[in-house]
Amino acid sequence: MLNLRAVNRTFAGPRPRAVLRNVSLDVASGEFIAIMGESGSGKSTLLNLIAGLDRPDSGTVEVGGTDLAALDDDALTRLRRERMGFVFQAFHVLPYLSVAQNVALPLALLDQRGPEADARVAAMLDAVGLGSRGASMPRELSGGELQRVAIARALVHRPAIVLADEPTGNLDADSATSVMALLRAQLRAEGATGIVVTHSRAAAAIADRVLLLDADGLRATALPAAR
Amino acid sequence: MTDGAITAGAARVSAHVSILGATIGGAFRRNRARLALSVLAIALGVALGFAVQLINQAAIGEFAGSMATLSGNADLEVRGPRAGFDEALFVNLALDADIAVASPVLEVDARIKGRDDALTILGVDVFRAGAVTPALLPDAADPLDALRADRVFLSPAAAAWLALRAGDTVIVQVGLREVPLMVAGMVQSASSQPYAVMDIAGAQERFDRIGRLTRIDLRLRPGVDAATVRARLQSGLPAGVAIAAPQARADATTRMSRAYRVNLNVLALVALFTGGLLVFSTQALSVVRRRAQFALLRTLGLTRRRLVAMLLVEGVIVGAAGSLLGLLAGYLLATLALRYFGADLGAGFFRGVAPNIAIDPLAAAVFAALGILAALLGGLVPALEAAHTAPAAALKAGDDAIVFRPLAPAWTGVALLLTAALAAALPPILALPLFGYLAIALLLVGTLLLMPRLATLLLALPPTPRRVPAALALAQLRGTQGQTTVSLAGIVASVSLMVAMAIMVGSFRQSLDDWLVRILPADLYVRSGAAGDSAFFGPAEQRKFTGLSGVRRVDFLRVQSLLLDSSQARVVLLARDLPAGNPARALPLVAEAPAPAHVDGDPPQVWISEAFADLFGYAPGRAITLPLAGRAVTFVVAGVWRDYARQQGAIVMERALYVSLTGDEAVNDAALTLEAGTNIARLRHELEARLGATGQLTFAEPGEIRAISLRIFDRTFAVTYALEAAAVGLGLVGLSSSFGALVFARRREFGMLRHLGLTKAQIAGMLATEGLLVSGIGLIVGMGLGWLMSLVLIFVVNRQSFHWSMDLHVPWTTLLVLAGALLSLATATTLVSARAAMSGDAVRAVKDDW
Repeated sequence: MLNLRAVNRTFAGPRPRAVLRNVSLDVASGEFIAIMGESGSGKSTLLNLIAGLDRPDSGTVEVGGTDLAALDDDALTRLRRERMGFVFQAFHVLPYLSVAQNVALPLALLDQRGPEADARVAAMLDAVGLGSRGASMPRELSGGELQRVAIARALVHRPAIVLADEPTGNLDADSATSVMALLRAQLRAEGATGIVVTHSRAAAAIADRVLLLDADGLRATALPAAR
Repeated sequence: MTDGAITAGAARVSAHVSILGATIGGAFRRNRARLALSVLAIALGVALGFAVQLINQAAIGEFAGSMATLSGNADLEVRGPRAGFDEALFVNLALDADIAVASPVLEVDARIKGRDDALTILGVDVFRAGAVTPALLPDAADPLDALRADRVFLSPAAAAWLALRAGDTVIVQVGLREVPLMVAGMVQSASSQPYAVMDIAGAQERFDRIGRLTRIDLRLRPGVDAATVRARLQSGLPAGVAIAAPQARADATTRMSRAYRVNLNVLALVALFTGGLLVFSTQALSVVRRRAQFALLRTLGLTRRRLVAMLLVEGVIVGAAGSLLGLLAGYLLATLALRYFGADLGAGFFRGVAPNIAIDPLAAAVFAALGILAALLGGLVPALEAAHTAPAAALKAGDDAIVFRPLAPAWTGVALLLTAALAAALPPILALPLFGYLAIALLLVGTLLLMPRLATLLLALPPTPRRVPAALALAQLRGTQGQTTVSLAGIVASVSLMVAMAIMVGSFRQSLDDWLVRILPADLYVRSGAAGDSAFFGPAEQRKFTGLSGVRRVDFLRVQSLLLDSSQARVVLLARDLPAGNPARALPLVAEAPAPAHVDGDPPQVWISEAFADLFGYAPGRAITLPLAGRAVTFVVAGVWRDYARQQGAIVMERALYVSLTGDEAVNDAALTLEAGTNIARLRHELEARLGATGQLTFAEPGEIRAISLRIFDRTFAVTYALEAAAVGLGLVGLSSSFGALVFARRREFGMLRHLGLTKAQIAGMLATEGLLVSGIGLIVGMGLGWLMSLVLIFVVNRQSFHWSMDLHVPWTTLLVLAGALLSLATATTLVSARAAMSGDAVRAVKDDW
């Protein structure tokens, strides 16, 4: 599903900083992996390269067999629209749309409207436990509920891959556990591949694989001991 | 209190000051461009107001000073019609027991040969003038020159203006004759007014005014009460002659210009209001951007009151900087305006006055305070909004909702609009349209208070579009109406003020043009002299107009002026040949008396101008007594006509009637109706030859007069219109800048949308749709409001200020250009803002902890 080969990324500036060095990664379809690492180790950069929002200095990134380097900005946008879903740390739910409208947004972008789309949105809201909150506005929801909306939005258009960047970073421990369990369950239910970047041991614990990103690159690891 | 406590207190204060300083400084540094625009907007308002005040003060001060100089130490003065009154009155007054000295004056505005200017020549009795008006006393090397009929003495201002010295000759026009007068010396006067003095007998003889006086200056005996003498003498004066304190004349002139001056001041205040609105918009969005920062400060212990104070300090700093800049610019503006437009800014008041600008600390302080107040009020609402926001909500990541509560419930807006309608129906106060101004202010504020409701109604109208960017744009506007209202308030205010001005000026210009067409029906107009009141066509010259080849008809006009009330300026009497059978056909009537059959023995008819009707309280059908040739004659007001030329009021009567009542057969102008194909150049030549007045006559075709009149109109309004446009334009640019800030503040949203698969073009399209929708709503409401405000300007403010009516003409082309410019500006702004917002990494925009 996802293949990275010898990816390097350095940020220019007065003091150039090499964030990713020779990173390679293979993720199978339907697999759920967690990427951990210290702040500044390049976790988010890695996600951005996978999403086509950033380009590597060298190396290749392939999503579903497509080399992202071959795609222009519009094609990358289409790829994200059709095949990817995102969950952010700060939820990023549009405050001026209702919960259901927020979830329906990816479908609308794919021009999927009407009863079928409505049913899909309702199903996703049910699946994340917000079946009765479709008409609510985001300001009426708690942080945990907002992240559930984000998960529903990330999966509503049946993407092949869901990228989650610190999805529990703004949540309390109970909500974080609940959200991660929900994300895991929904990924499995939809057959989607999941890549989650996190600092949280608890969040990483439910992944199929845990990878550690540091100055030496990306490598498989057991869950690091709590400090 | 112990030293330790004092030190701790001082440290706390110091810490507060440094925190506030850092917060304010940081905000200013991040918003340099918007800050500069706010400062400029306030500066513009202050500059306009201060400049107008300086010019008015200088003009009125200088005018009053000149009048005082020319009136000397007279306790009272007797005045009559411009043509003068019988000098027999002087003898009676000179012999009055209460009067110490009576000094007769004959004042003539004599046209100077070869120039389109007139020189005011005062004929005085030097033996008497010395005791009352020393400034009129000639400084003659040969004392007998002061008594010679062909000698004049110039004031220093007149000598400089005409570049004449003792020994030179100035030639003036009397009737169609040239009368040379030798400059025998100067008068010692500090007045900046140009004038000349000569012996009164000589003046009467040279200007064909034998036995006539225009003024008698009176000095009373010590201990005599001026009011008592005035009351006693007034009853014995001939009709049309009045006795009053000299100050009354200056007051009448300054009162006539007051409405104009007040209107200019109001325009300046409008500019200041626009500046305040820009500060509001900038501060509102600045507060939005700093929500989390304020929430943090509040969490750390900053009280609401201190937060409000901190934000108000920002407003005060903007206001103070703007005021300081505005005062400097205002001084420069006043100096330049005086140099290029004159003391009356081209409006025709205070002719001959050449004042110097003097800084008035009180006016400077008032306008600086107004500038600061405008900025302070502009910053007040955002400051209260910031203090109202719950810190916890603002600190929560992802809480992007920006809420501005409506300032007042909707009913207050409706109530203000209704009050505006009532205010517009009220009469003037002190001859000023104060309720008219109030109505405009209430319309504006009422509409702004209703904006949240209006925006809701208008945004609910369009169906949700199928295309995602447009649908998101509409949802965004519907969902963040507080924010939308902030942008809309500025657009509505700016658009409405521009539209109101455009409709008013357009209506005025078109009405003036229509009026000119109506009052200039002839093909050629001949004036006996280009300026002054010394030129005329006598009966012999009038006869020479008959039999001119190609001339079908000649109508003559006599222009005189009458003093009806010593506290008002003289009114103009127009005695003209009117169409037989239907005299009113020649006049642009706005009201007529019911027309019963006019039978012999009924009072003769006159037609009064709108200004006359307003100033003296006459209406069609009413009897009116006019002083003609020293007698009171009763007329009936047959109608009211529109007159844009004489703000002091004018009366039209048939010339034959005027001649029969006064015996004055002279005329000033002739209107020639020509046969088709008449060669006008040849006709002019023939007429000049017949009259023996080559180079003295002024010829004008209606087209030329129209063109000149409209050019003067455009020039007069160009200044106010340009300054107003600058103020409103600056406001719109500032709003665009604020909109850009708002867009920039939403870049996390754009980042998320980019993740979800919206292309940059789609996001730009979304923003352009938002910009167009907001501008469109602003245009619709602003144009509607502007139209209402223009009705108040046209039918209330102008009518009450200047006493002339006008027809409503909407300048569609101008408004379409305005609408197009605004929509283009909005689109350009959104596209530039979108580019700026997305130029950074969309990825980083969604990161809270990068």
